Amino acid sequence: MQTPKLLLSGLEPLIATSESNFINVGERCNVTGSKMFLRLIKEENYDEALRVAKEQVEGGAQILDVNMDEGLIDGVKAMTRFLHLVASEPEIARIPIMIDSSNWDILEAGLKCIQGKGIVNSISLKEGETDFLAKARKIKRYGAAMVVMAFDEEGQADSFERRIQICERAYRLLTAEAGIAPSDIIFDPNIFPVGTGMEEHKENAINFFKATAWIKENLPGALVSGGVSNVSFSFRGNNQVREAIHASFLYHGIKAGMDMGIVNPSQLEVYDEVPKPLMELVEDVLFNRTVDATEKLLAYADANKSDAKKESTADLTWRQGSVEQRLSHSLVKGITDFIEADTEEARQKHERPLLVIEGPLMQGMSVVGDLFGSGKMFLPQVVKSARVMKRAVAYLQPYLEAESAQAGNKAGKVLMATVKGDVHDIGKNIVGVVLACNNFEIIDLGVMVSTEKIVETAIRENVDVVGLSGLITPSLDEMISVARAMEEKKLRIPLLIGGATTSRVHTAVKIEPHYSSPVVHVLDASRAVTVVSDLLQKESGAAYATSVRQEYERVREQYAAQQSTKNYLSYAESVRNAAQFTFDATTITAPKKPGIHVLRNIVLRDLVPYIDWTPFFQSWELAGRFPLILEDEVVGTQAQQLYADAQKMLADLIAQNALEARAVFGIFPAHRNEHGDIEVESTSQNAAHHFVTLRQQLKRAAGQPQLSLGDFIAPKEAGIQDYIGCFAVCAGFGTEEIAQRYTQQHDDYNAILVKALSDRLAEALAEYCHALVRKEYWGYAAEENLSNDALIDEQYRGIRPAPGYPACPDHLEKKTIWSLLQVKEHIGLQLTESLAMYPTAAVSGYYFAHPDAKYFGVGKINEDQLISYSQRKNITIDEARKALRPNLND
Amino acid sequence: MDLFNQIEQRILILDGAMGTMIQKYRLKEADYRGERFAAHHSDLAGNNDLLSITRPDIITAIHLAYLEAGADIIETNTFNAQRISQADYHLEDLSYELNVASAKCAVAARDAYHAKTGKYGYVAGAIGPTNRTASLSPDVNDPGYRAVNYDELHAAYSEQIKGLLDGGADALLIETIFDTLNAKAALHAAMDIIESRGAVAHPDQRSSDAQLVIPIMISGTITDASGRTLSGQTPEAFVISMSHAPLLSIGFNCALGAEQLMAHVAAIGKTTTTGISAYPNAGLPNAMGHYDQSPEEMAALVEQYCQRKLVNILGGCCGTTPEHIAAIAKVAAHYSPRPIHETISA
Repeated sequence: MQTPKLLLSGLEPLIATSESNFINVGERCNVTGSKMFLRLIKEENYDEALRVAKEQVEGGAQILDVNMDEGLIDGVKAMTRFLHLVASEPEIARIPIMIDSSNWDILEAGLKCIQGKGIVNSISLKEGETDFLAKARKIKRYGAAMVVMAFDEEGQADSFERRIQICERAYRLLTAEAGIAPSDIIFDPNIFPVGTGMEEHKENAINFFKATAWIKENLPGALVSGGVSNVSFSFRGNNQVREAIHASFLYHGIKAGMDMGIVNPSQLEVYDEVPKPLMELVEDVLFNRTVDATEKLLAYADANKSDAKKESTADLTWRQGSVEQRLSHSLVKGITDFIEADTEEARQKHERPLLVIEGPLMQGMSVVGDLFGSGKMFLPQVVKSARVMKRAVAYLQPYLEAESAQAGNKAGKVLMATVKGDVHDIGKNIVGVVLACNNFEIIDLGVMVSTEKIVETAIRENVDVVGLSGLITPSLDEMISVARAMEEKKLRIPLLIGGATTSRVHTAVKIEPHYSSPVVHVLDASRAVTVVSDLLQKESGAAYATSVRQEYERVREQYAAQQSTKNYLSYAESVRNAAQFTFDATTITAPKKPGIHVLRNIVLRDLVPYIDWTPFFQSWELAGRFPLILEDEVVGTQAQQLYADAQKMLADLIAQNALEARAVFGIFPAHRNEHGDIEVESTSQNAAHHFVTLRQQLKRAAGQPQLSLGDFIAPKEAGIQDYIGCFAVCAGFGTEEIAQRYTQQHDDYNAILVKALSDRLAEALAEYCHALVRKEYWGYAAEENLSNDALIDEQYRGIRPAPGYPACPDHLEKKTIWSLLQVKEHIGLQLTESLAMYPTAAVSGYYFAHPDAKYFGVGKINEDQLISYSQRKNITIDEARKALRPNLND
Repeated sequence: MDLFNQIEQRILILDGAMGTMIQKYRLKEADYRGERFAAHHSDLAGNNDLLSITRPDIITAIHLAYLEAGADIIETNTFNAQRISQADYHLEDLSYELNVASAKCAVAARDAYHAKTGKYGYVAGAIGPTNRTASLSPDVNDPGYRAVNYDELHAAYSEQIKGLLDGGADALLIETIFDTLNAKAALHAAMDIIESRGAVAHPDQRSSDAQLVIPIMISGTITDASGRTLSGQTPEAFVISMSHAPLLSIGFNCALGAEQLMAHVAAIGKTTTTGISAYPNAGLPNAMGHYDQSPEEMAALVEQYCQRKLVNILGGCCGTTPEHIAAIAKVAAHYSPRPIHETISA
């Protein structure tokens, strides 16, 4: 175990210990040191510039030096742009960056672009201590290490003494004043050229070695670096000699303690492979061993001029594979260099250009998808692959267009949106760009997009595919809502589902059943292209959609099989877990006035105290509880206005007797049968009737029963006569006519107002009747005396559940109520074919008087109860399924 | 005793998910809007941070539930409370106020809990990743493009951190980091503001005992099976990139369950001498997008972290509830924390 001397990072860590080898810093991305790189940056040929970076990484660079110091280019802009591009190339970005500039603005711009821990190259005491410390502190805030040049107010250190004096001072300031860790301090004690022919340069290499050794010995933890190429500056044009000098310089520098150096990693000569005679000459120069060392080396250089420049070390063996393999390799590795040539080769090989996309290119993307799915590739690489794909498609574009004149082949239009309530869009954006790269037109509606907007845009823009995205769980419900809305509009556009919380199972179970056109879950961005292309294939699209549909059908079956065992009790089990209530004289009261009672000419004024105003405001989309809503900061004024208008209209309606309210209710002897259903017994006034009940099947908390309305009624064997009540009330006789009069006068406001008021009056009437029944007709709560608020809070004994509501979701039972109470005959309230009540301001339901009776939701039921229900109700399974559709667990 | 001492003495417990708890309330658009934003021109449902202003009762109740479950540190409801994320709701100018209000909810819960039990909790100002990435281009045609830059992030985070500290946060927690450059901007802002208030981030840096210490905690997110952050860093590279300020702890949260996260937590131990934190999700989401790992299951997995002495701070992320935190706290109480101040090894 070794304590690291250096901790840096790109996408991957660079951890060096005292036993680590010398660290290469790639020097070629430097506009002052490389004419070619300068030209590329000036021409904004960033693709090639990136290639220079990549070659160095492949050649073994462990840190990448980037320098944009050139008078003719905007260094801040070029540094930012280049580092952004480097960040998008994972193979380059995996190593740390050395931001190299003598201009603080450029250094700072660079620091703002790197996510890893890099190095600033460089700062110095040139402008004094204050400036030096301020910059060091800032670099620390940005989280980088720093190269400190041996340079002070007097100038650059050129002797051993000046070097160590400046470095010692800088070290003390940085560690004591600025809190910089020694391992973040990298000294550059100035590598100056040798062999210049000038007397004062003869000791340059020696002084560097000596200073390095001194620093390593006296400034604990600090590191030493240097720009190695500088040492051989006088031998430009002779690479063999230069490389020999570098090899020797590094060999001795490292022995002295040099930790890292800025080099051309792909041109590093191995010390032992330098011819012995040359090495002798080189070291004579470096160590100033003979007076004529420089002359001799120059003579050797002249005699051995060679341009035996080494080839790039990048491994190109993959180029020997088939064109399909090469395309796949380029896609996986994100290499654009050969993509056009390879695509052309593939185009010639295939009958039609589109087949190149659908064949080898899509196969390559599919490999990318698999690698990504299995964690062997990560996102930046996938995005890069998408770019390669785009290049290939762009190359094929003219051929595709030429062909589309005959074949009509065009990639489609895709609508993308993150659903309402969700603001996550990174995944959606990636899918968008990947699709765009594949020649699809993207309409991106952004985040928090309402169902209406998605559907409306899909229709208006005549899109070929709709893609929905969401990250948070509630988004799943929004997606269902979009699918439903698309079905309502009878759209035939395939729907794609994606995002972190989505899944194939959820899509199959919850979304697909709501939409009769294709619904496909897309696992990740790389698969989106395959899925969309497959769906839009003229010839095979329908077959693909069918196969997906069949697959989802299987998924649903599997899911249902798991679910029924997991969270639901079988119907038989839930019956066994029925509630057991007490049935005796304390819980059952014989009605004072049994039989059917009809109330007509009800005085509207009597209903007013029973009105629950909160839902009235809700119907106008004003949220808040009455009467607090009238004081609401935001909607208060509007609510007051509305309330005033309602009060006025209510007063008019009452004064003019414009509406008629009627009610019918009855209380009948009844018992629970062996199936848990309620049998209304026949009397002189009524025939026997049968109410079918539904029981909760979703597993409840331990000790909690599975409830059914039948549980509130005594079975025969309890030995005591029980009763059930039913009611149907309507306060809307006359509403329609009044509303129509307003509509004819183009007064929609009052037309809606009168309907909303009628609805409130109907509910009030139901409450009014229930109170009458409790206190007078049934009489089990004769002493009850509750305020209106208490009524609204249902603080009384007994319940009045209504068919179509959670405790009895089955609307069909209204028919039984109508028959039992003779509703139509008694009060003229009708039941339409779809089991709606007309006039609409009406309420109907049951009365249960048992003290333990309470409201509950049946929730989802399973197929076994559906079968039992259809038998008990004597209807076909399909009729039952239709009636209970929203409650079926599917 | 300060947090720095505490994490050497015992495993501290961080709270669990805020979003999961809020979802249980089944809030509607109107709840998010409250009276104050009833007329706001865009949808607000889903803007959980806003509830600190419109439904502080709920947020404070959730904090209290976590304290009662045994959390030593509760996180403010400010995951998206900086202006970059709030811009999606057209509420960017509310950023500072959101952070103050959220910190106050947490402080209120902490104080109420203290008054009731005599026990003291810490409030960590939660600083999320924003919804943009400074290291990745959202435009495939232009990999050099960035939807947000360092300066914008630094400014947005500065505003958030000022709000958190003004509202009474004791510590700062930069979390769910999927792009390290975003987090570096946040850490930069945090250090700038701590310094501007004459405080320090670590007790060792105090010039006097009276000087305020505002601890900083860092938590990254390993996105998927690649074992890297969204922006492509390995866990070790991430830790190295975030270690330039003195931290109370560094670690990981979200995206993975305790089972999948453990190897990554173990991997970073050798690159840091600070405390290590882990607050995984309640397993991986099931096919319906729900987290169904039970408190007992999660606690059993987390116990392995304790047995291996990997952590100083444990908590929960998505899908975890006070029951999960209580189960984790119960397990963690039997173990000593990861020894810190060991040398880093390579």
